[in-house]
Amino acid sequence: MTTAQVELSGSIAVDALSRPARSLWGDAWYTFTRDKLALAGLFTLTFIVLAVLFGPLIWPHTISDIDFKASLQGPSLDHPMGTDDLGRDLLARVLYGGRVSIAVGITAVLVSITLGTAIGAFAGYFSKLDNPLMRLTDLFLSLPVLPLLLVLVYLFRDTLTRTIGPVVGIFVMIVGVISILNWMPVARLVRASFLSLRQREFVEAARCVGSSDARIIFRHILPNALSPVLVAATIGVGGAILTESTLSFLGLGFPPDTPTWGRLLYDSQQYLEFAPHWPLFPGLCIFVVVLAVNYIGDGLRDALDPRRKI
Amino acid sequence: MGRYIVRRLLIAIPTLIAISFVMYAILALAPIDPLSQFGADPRIPPEAREHIRHALGLDQPWPIRYVKWVTAMAQGDFGVSFMSHSSVSDLIWQRLPNTLWVVGVAYIVSVVVALPAGVISAVRRNAALDHVISTLAYAGFSFPTFFTGLVLILIFSIHFHWLTFLYDSNLQVHDIPSFIAELKQAIMPIAVLGLFDAAILTRYTRASMLENLPLDYVRTAHSKGLRESVVVISHVLRNSLIPVVTLIALGVPAVFGGAIVTEQIFHVPGIGALLVDSIGTGDTPVVAAVVMIFAVLQVLFNLFADVCYAVLDPRIKYS
Repeated sequence: MTTAQVELSGSIAVDALSRPARSLWGDAWYTFTRDKLALAGLFTLTFIVLAVLFGPLIWPHTISDIDFKASLQGPSLDHPMGTDDLGRDLLARVLYGGRVSIAVGITAVLVSITLGTAIGAFAGYFSKLDNPLMRLTDLFLSLPVLPLLLVLVYLFRDTLTRTIGPVVGIFVMIVGVISILNWMPVARLVRASFLSLRQREFVEAARCVGSSDARIIFRHILPNALSPVLVAATIGVGGAILTESTLSFLGLGFPPDTPTWGRLLYDSQQYLEFAPHWPLFPGLCIFVVVLAVNYIGDGLRDALDPRRKI
Repeated sequence: MGRYIVRRLLIAIPTLIAISFVMYAILALAPIDPLSQFGADPRIPPEAREHIRHALGLDQPWPIRYVKWVTAMAQGDFGVSFMSHSSVSDLIWQRLPNTLWVVGVAYIVSVVVALPAGVISAVRRNAALDHVISTLAYAGFSFPTFFTGLVLILIFSIHFHWLTFLYDSNLQVHDIPSFIAELKQAIMPIAVLGLFDAAILTRYTRASMLENLPLDYVRTAHSKGLRESVVVISHVLRNSLIPVVTLIALGVPAVFGGAIVTEQIFHVPGIGALLVDSIGTGDTPVVAAVVMIFAVLQVLFNLFADVCYAVLDPRIKYS
């Protein structure tokens, strides 16, 4: 009896020891998967990304198949999203447009996050740089974003198109202007984390054993400051997709033969009375992607915030 | 307190100068010639073009042009439009009332919708009503304004023929029928802008209420025997409104930005539409002036938000 008990408690102890350690990311994933909306967002987004990546390879129509006999048709089996004024298949154009819109969103966020993290880290770690860099951040925060975006795109579109090519040039330009006007919130977040983290004992310890500034920044502080950045990045993808669509919608985005979701909406405006299906699907795509991204961002925020766990 | 406001005002001036400088430099260094549309016309000989450039002062170095432009603008002179040859400030004064009317009403609508929605949603947390409001709020700010606009046009103008989607700026409001006509043409732009902002504000109000609801002073108020409505409205809401009021002020410039899109969809002749048109025709003085107006609005409302925060929250000490 006694031996059995000892064995039992012994096996529990061994179990506890052999159980893999719970990491921050493991914990976060556990919390994240408990959030139904966030999971639904993740599945939807994965589905849409896969569809725009592989859809154009499978779907028989291309974005430039012109068929005047089938112009402005509503949804049918052959054209599930209908056709535009030149009889081009809208599903093919929406799939291709999704590639462009999502690529712009992700790239713009990667660039602005990198920029914001760098500026925030410098401002938070080196006290001498703090004031000038934060004044710069304040200046950028008081710029009127959308009007300036329009002006920048208008001014630099032709030069970039001529030097790099119409699609790549516009891509670089739109990603560039979105990133330049959107890094500020991330810089503030990173600076705040750096200011509090650099006072902590583990940073002092690292300095005592002779770590360089670069090592302290990259190995010790940055990993601890990343979770709010990750949340901001996720939600930023939605914002960047909206901004790109807005530019395209105002006719200041990609050239007419490159469909993006915003451009499809812009083109549909003249034909609203005859083809109400035309703006519906690209618009819904923007809406669904942005909604999914926002739900994922909220789920991540809950999962990565240690204060919310009990 | 007074010193804080004065100091904040004094910071706003260099900020505006810096913004105007950055913007003018971008415009001046950009590879687009403001006279390109004249240049494309072969009937204008090169000497005449040079003459126009000289008359417009475009042959001077841009820092000199910048100083002239800033000093003129500080005195209320925005220059002359390249395209319509009328004064830029006249153009802006013609357009501004349309924008202010649509944006102003939209913002009031959004606050009137968002505050009760956010409060109810927070007080009845996780109830069915909260889920409905939260879902609507989420959907509301994931819906791009240009898409909402097109959907409204599809439903109310094309399907039901109730409303017109072409804004008539010549409409004079002098009696009740003309006021109804004005309302009918403005209701869709107002709805598009207002719903988008209401969605954002609802979320902020809800979050702010949720932060305050579990605090000790709320429990004290309850245990004093105060009614639920008194606790929620005069205790929790008052404290929750401090960040929300700041956000309302901070959101105003974004609404003006949103007006650019809405004015484009509904053909409202406001300053947003003026900006897009002038960009299309390369009318640099108008572009510069409109962007500058947006910048002034942005700085003013940032200032206003900071001052609101200082006035509303006596716990914050400014020195």
